[in-house]
Amino acid sequence: MTIFSGLGARALGLFNDNKGPWGPTGGGGDDEPPNTDGGGSGPWGEPPKRRRGGLAPAGETPSLEDLLRRGRARFGGGGGGQPSRGIIAWAIIALVLAWLVFTSTHSIAPGQRGVVTRFGRYSYTLGPGIGFTLPSPIDRVRKIDVENIQVADMGSGESEDLMLTGDQNLIDLAYSVRWNIRAPELYLFQLAQPDETIRQVAESAMRAVISRVTLNDAMGDKRAEIETQVQETMQRILDAYGSGIQIQGIAIKQADPPDAVNDAFKEVTAAQQDAQSYINQARAYALQLTAKAQGEATAFDKVYEQYRLAPDVTRRRMYYETMEQVLSKVDKTIVEAPGVTPYLPLPQVQREQQRQQQGGGQ
Amino acid sequence: MIAFIRARPILSAVVGIFVLLLLLSSFPIIPETKQAVVVRFGKPVRVYNQYREGRPIGGEGAGINWRIPIAEQVVWIDKRVLDVDMQPQQVLSTDQRRLQVDAFARYRIVNPLLMFIRARSEEQLRQQLRPILGSEVRNELGKVSFAALLSPERQGIMESVRTNLNRIASQYGVEIVDVRIKKTDLPTGTPLESAFQRMRSAREQEARSIRAQGNKQAQIIQAEADAEAARTYAASFGKDPQFYDFYRAMQSYRATFVGEPGGKPPAGTTVVLSPQNDYLKEFSGRSR
Repeated sequence: MTIFSGLGARALGLFNDNKGPWGPTGGGGDDEPPNTDGGGSGPWGEPPKRRRGGLAPAGETPSLEDLLRRGRARFGGGGGGQPSRGIIAWAIIALVLAWLVFTSTHSIAPGQRGVVTRFGRYSYTLGPGIGFTLPSPIDRVRKIDVENIQVADMGSGESEDLMLTGDQNLIDLAYSVRWNIRAPELYLFQLAQPDETIRQVAESAMRAVISRVTLNDAMGDKRAEIETQVQETMQRILDAYGSGIQIQGIAIKQADPPDAVNDAFKEVTAAQQDAQSYINQARAYALQLTAKAQGEATAFDKVYEQYRLAPDVTRRRMYYETMEQVLSKVDKTIVEAPGVTPYLPLPQVQREQQRQQQGGGQ
Repeated sequence: MIAFIRARPILSAVVGIFVLLLLLSSFPIIPETKQAVVVRFGKPVRVYNQYREGRPIGGEGAGINWRIPIAEQVVWIDKRVLDVDMQPQQVLSTDQRRLQVDAFARYRIVNPLLMFIRARSEEQLRQQLRPILGSEVRNELGKVSFAALLSPERQGIMESVRTNLNRIASQYGVEIVDVRIKKTDLPTGTPLESAFQRMRSAREQEARSIRAQGNKQAQIIQAEADAEAARTYAASFGKDPQFYDFYRAMQSYRATFVGEPGGKPPAGTTVVLSPQNDYLKEFSGRSR
């Protein structure tokens, strides 16, 4: 009974604001009194008056006085206990019904699951759509996104995240882990800090895999293999924890040498380009040389074909043609008598040459 | 009773609320994530919702339970997998190389009663586990070489860390689920610098070797081309060496005395000929 009086007082407080509009219809509520409340007519009617009397001397603050005045006005306007009692009963019923409806139906969005706990104990999981449970203090529902893929970024670009590779080099790695929740009840109840666990496990798995490959593999074409291995390792560890988490994938966003040694790595790239240019030059030379050889050889072959038809004549012809060309361009001296020492005006020849060169220069 | 309530409504309300609270607190609701140790005047008497391996979630344990109000208190202990993160430790390997190691352990309180007696609270438990984890990791990793720390067998090392740690942790009613190395880094300062230096020199070496390889290939390509050209010449000119000699001499004379067509003419040359010269043999008017 005392408990109900407390509740009743609270319900009255709630009802306060609705009093005005409901007041006139209050008379219709008279059919209700033979309810359970009927027995408590004394307590329902009396205590507020008593309380009013008892509290008035104690509380002199304006707010309390205001409250009391409002309370008095209400009871005065209500014209006695009977009508208000019916209204209160209706109000309580309405409130309870609303409470029951609101706390026992749950709309679960697609991609969500509702984990139902009955007095704290896991009961069952609601699928998408409208789900029904017992009302609130008994059953509670926690909605968990299962389809939504979450991303944990590891090794941000801000500071270097150096890892040791198998050949004891260092690599600066940035990657992201995509995961979602496979079993919401495990996700909720198995791990104390699921998100933090994922980060730690990711870091551990990635470093374990990186420590088995060489730096060049990690930076180069083995990335996809590393991603798969990390994903498998993470999944195995998380399954061992019974975490209910599914790793969807790992993406290595960046795998670079540390800044401190970047210049040396650029030097390697430069060397590769240099080497390529050496080879290209050699190829160009080779093409030129073989083309020249083929050209000359073919020319010789053609001439030789004709030469074979008439060797003597061709030979003489070529000889005379060449000598003609040669001797027409040079200074000639023909010395007739044997035993006569020819006098060659060498200084004059040299002067002539210099003059020609200067003339050519100007 | 009703008369009493009418006479003293305030007092009866207070008493009523008190009784209600007492009633509510007699039936604690135990969530899935907690284990509850019921302590009667400081002495643990019962455990609710204790973790048992293999028992599915939603089994008996969690839910409404009871206790004697006032006399018995409920101590909540987490049922989930918890973690303890080690302070980064410097580990000295057998070959005297330093490594900065960061590890974590996952554990579960499987005997909340024992844990409550030995450690009192989760925070204290964590504080006691942390140094033990650190020293176990240091001890085990100190037994292996630097290379082994980076090798796949380090998971085996961690397994023995887990076993050792588990032996100690079981005294607290704790089961170690997993111990893992999170980071193995070179300590900043000299070890890191020397690693950088080594990487740099390795790259320089690689660069040099790439250039040398490029040179080598270039030379091979050139030599092959030379050989190919020589073969082409030989195949063609070898048909008649005597004629080649003559043919080439003619080309050569032309190049020497006349110059390439379109090229710069060679410097003036004076040729002294004897009338006996083959070219001038008709000069003398006598026939051969």
